[in-house]
Amino acid sequence: MTTTPAPVIETSPPSAPADAGSGAATLPQWRLMARRFRKNRLAVASAIVLVVLYACAILAPFLSPNSYDQQDADLKNASPTSITWSGGPAICSRQQQLDTETFSYKYRSDCGQSVPLRFFGEGYHYKLFGLIPTNRHLVTVDKPNTLLLWGADSAGRDVFARSMQGARVSLTIGLLGVAVGTFLGATVGTISGYFRGAVDTVLQRFIELLTSLPTLPLWLALAAILPQDMSVTGRYFLITLILSLVGWAGLARQIRGKVMSYAASDYVAAARIAGSSSARIVFRHLIPNASSHIVATAMLAVPATIISETSLSFLGVGMLPPAVSWGVLLSDAQSVSTVQQYPWLLIPAALVVIAVICFQLIGDGLRDAVDPYG
Amino acid sequence: MNEPLLEVAGLRKYFPVRGGFLRRPVGEIKAVDGVDLTVNRGETVALVGESGCGKSTTGRTIVRLEEPTAGEVVFHHPERGPLHLESANSRTLRAVRPHLQMIFQDPFASLDSRMTVSSIIAEPLVINKTATGQRLKDRVAELLSLVGLRPEHANRYPHAFSGGQRQRIGIARAIALNPDLIVCDEAVSALDLSVQAQILNLLEELQRRLGIAYLFISHDLSAVDHIADRVVVMYVGQIVESGPVEQLYNAPKHPYTEALLAAVPQPDPRVRTRPKILTGDVPSPANPPSGCTFHPRCPYAQPICAAETPPLLQVGEGRASACHFADTLPLTGAVAAMSPPAGL
Amino acid sequence: MSQLYAAGDDVHATARHEESHLDSSPVLSVCDLEVQFPTPLGLVRALNGVTFDVPRGKVLGIVGESGCGKSVTARAVLQIIEKPGRITGGSITLRGESETTEITGLGPDSKRMRALRGSEIAMIFQEPMSSLNPVYTIGAQIAEAVLIHQTPDRDEALRRAVDMLRQVGMPHPEAAAASYPHQLSGGMRQRAMIAMALSCNPTLLIADEPTTALDVTTEAQILELIRNLRDRAGMSIMFITHSMGVVAQLCDEVIVMYLGRIVERGSVDDLFYDAKHPYTRALLRSIPRIGGNRKAPLEVIEGSVPDPHHRLAGCPFHPGCPKAIPGRCDTTVPAPSTAGPGHTVQCHLYQADEIGHPERAENV
Repeated sequence: MTTTPAPVIETSPPSAPADAGSGAATLPQWRLMARRFRKNRLAVASAIVLVVLYACAILAPFLSPNSYDQQDADLKNASPTSITWSGGPAICSRQQQLDTETFSYKYRSDCGQSVPLRFFGEGYHYKLFGLIPTNRHLVTVDKPNTLLLWGADSAGRDVFARSMQGARVSLTIGLLGVAVGTFLGATVGTISGYFRGAVDTVLQRFIELLTSLPTLPLWLALAAILPQDMSVTGRYFLITLILSLVGWAGLARQIRGKVMSYAASDYVAAARIAGSSSARIVFRHLIPNASSHIVATAMLAVPATIISETSLSFLGVGMLPPAVSWGVLLSDAQSVSTVQQYPWLLIPAALVVIAVICFQLIGDGLRDAVDPYG
Repeated sequence: MNEPLLEVAGLRKYFPVRGGFLRRPVGEIKAVDGVDLTVNRGETVALVGESGCGKSTTGRTIVRLEEPTAGEVVFHHPERGPLHLESANSRTLRAVRPHLQMIFQDPFASLDSRMTVSSIIAEPLVINKTATGQRLKDRVAELLSLVGLRPEHANRYPHAFSGGQRQRIGIARAIALNPDLIVCDEAVSALDLSVQAQILNLLEELQRRLGIAYLFISHDLSAVDHIADRVVVMYVGQIVESGPVEQLYNAPKHPYTEALLAAVPQPDPRVRTRPKILTGDVPSPANPPSGCTFHPRCPYAQPICAAETPPLLQVGEGRASACHFADTLPLTGAVAAMSPPAGL
Repeated sequence: MSQLYAAGDDVHATARHEESHLDSSPVLSVCDLEVQFPTPLGLVRALNGVTFDVPRGKVLGIVGESGCGKSVTARAVLQIIEKPGRITGGSITLRGESETTEITGLGPDSKRMRALRGSEIAMIFQEPMSSLNPVYTIGAQIAEAVLIHQTPDRDEALRRAVDMLRQVGMPHPEAAAASYPHQLSGGMRQRAMIAMALSCNPTLLIADEPTTALDVTTEAQILELIRNLRDRAGMSIMFITHSMGVVAQLCDEVIVMYLGRIVERGSVDDLFYDAKHPYTRALLRSIPRIGGNRKAPLEVIEGSVPDPHHRLAGCPFHPGCPKAIPGRCDTTVPAPSTAGPGHTVQCHLYQADEIGHPERAENV
């Protein structure tokens, strides 16, 4: 549907008369959509949360007091550090004790001996934005203490640092996968919807075939082909590609439907009668009108790829250690006993849930803003 | 001024009914089944009929929005003479487009909501490279004032306009290239009463000033009576009657025309036309009745009507009817309503 | 109440005819009705003090252009105004067979209101497909309404459904009862809709543009059916339309609405031969007529209907009115004044006592 007049109430005439001189008259379509989107509080809040998450991913080393891959045998499965107040924010010092019955280490917090938090203090060296070498971090504590906001994993690595680092992979693999999938889907959908006929029939049968394949075994099979000795980045891109190759089909279907309805609309007929070529109709009328739908649909497809990445990595066929992604982190929390004893290992799962919900709410908001009467 | 501009002969448009995995045709809907009509320069020919009679498809096939199944569409190009549109390649079509335009029914669906009014109106000028730069701007301003809009409306988007104003924008786009013929597909049907009058007046004024001919497709017999010179009545894909508007309205020569005219609710309470109410509905063009397609509903039907299809024959000066009994039936025309009633 | 008629086989009960002469009070009285829609762009006052009666056994036409509030009026009577609209003032009184109900006093979702809908007041819409359920047969849907309001016997209900279809002139009523909505043509669906509306023998039938989507020959059939309902069954009908032709051919009395207000009301003859309000007159002059003055330009109302979010002071028609009196029409809403028996007009031109120039009216 193109924007039709509000059918909601009979009282609104087709639209405000142009003589009213309201500011909305000269606003292009996308500005009106932005207006409607801003009215959707949940979507706006989600957008803010996502911006924060992406900022965390970008600033991961700055935010993390410890390096994500720094192991520490003395901090295996350490619980989150307790925060206290002692003339300023501080942490309680931690003591390691050997439980003589189970022969495992237990940690005891001693808030009597506090260690002050230092802001913008010095820590390990890294490159901010991958460019600026520095060793400043948002919060640090003096050695030999370690600040473990979200505890540590079985190798004594900082879960907070790893979660932030994992966000870099998990939050971008979704976008990249969807970008590739959207490009494929939009192209195939537009071709299929505009040219109809035999081309459409062939493409639709192919899409049906593709969507009828059971996806999980397919992923497993494709991932198994990936050479085990690949570099982490190479693997990352290949997985992105695999995800998008399977994901474009549904998108192509939706876009095909939209393009078909636009192609049958009177304004396209008017353009043809004015002498427009097919290329002009596609690029001047169909794509601009479909673009907002494409964006909304793509936004709704992101959570699926985030979940896919997490599932694949969880199953051990996606990202593999030493690479870090939320899925890889969650694969550490596979057993019930681990979860029971070290619940902080599940924090990455919470991040997955938050990110997915935010993407869905934004997608819903965008869809409503784009097509308020659909 | 009987110089023919558009000549349509034996026009057919069948839509395949597809089915099965490979979407093969399994039948066809004969939306337009042998239509002949002529539009002369500067005149208004109305194509009337009920929904599904094929009048819109006829219009869309003439401008080649649909590919004709059979028949001839000849357009008399002012420079290049008669051109066959039904088989025209895209170059010939491009040459004809500026002279043959269309106005649509739904003023909301016919304007691209992402474009400003000026780019909508300028589109035909840009595509056909008739004007650029300041000349283009001037032409858009001129067109806006021709259709009764103000130049400052140019930078607004369609959503800022009412239905009537949008229809004016659609008309401005259609006349941008100085066409000789505009196909008006139910151009006033979706508009409010008072706006209909404005648009009908505008179409007539443009005809007077620019000499445009209209093929006015409508189901509204009152509007047709007001604007048309000649009327063509369609029923289930075929023409049942044609002729000059006054003669056809006053003394119809086909029972369907009679029924159609009698069914129009007259805006005058003292003209109580208790219409000869037709029973049943318009048949489906996928499965039309045998013989005369109107015979199952016709009050005058005889056995021959179910057996033989009546040809469209001349029944007087400029008139034609496709009825076996066109010359003998005592048909009554429309009862004129007082217009407007005394005292108004 | 409907139960009273549960025993009556003929749904167009003759009993009603006998009763009606005893009771000549209007079926429905609407007084000072106000409906508002709070929208993101501001408050839309859809109805601003609408007052009218629906006479018993007659057809009252409500005519106006889009945005005038005619459909909202109909929906207000049934309390089915689309959200977020709501009735903010006035009263609606229904005088049924046995009792008088103050509709505005009932909650939109109250049990009593739901019982009223369908049994006392029935409504038919422009697009019958939207009110017929595509997965049930026509017969089952009509029987369902009968089961809710009248008889508990399923066979009896189905028999009555077929009978109703016969009464609304459905050819082959048994076959129609067994078919699904999509199998019927537009005109037949509208008949089925009417049969459903009538199945519970309502006191008042509200028709919201029921013929607008139909072809003229089908429209003529439905108009004839509605005339028969009034003449033979004594049905009281509120008929909403934008077509002056339909008004002239069908209605007994007419209300002309403009931007949420009634501008004129009178008998159909008053309206077409002695219209007073400049809007009514302009509307009548602007419609093309068969046999009218061909090729002469139609008279038009200048400008377009104002923005509903923008609250106009004074008479809603003053910006387009050729006879608007500056300083008066743009400041004060005119009160209704009598222009003849049963003929009222809301226009400053006819408020003789205020202006002192009643003859002005003659030159409008």
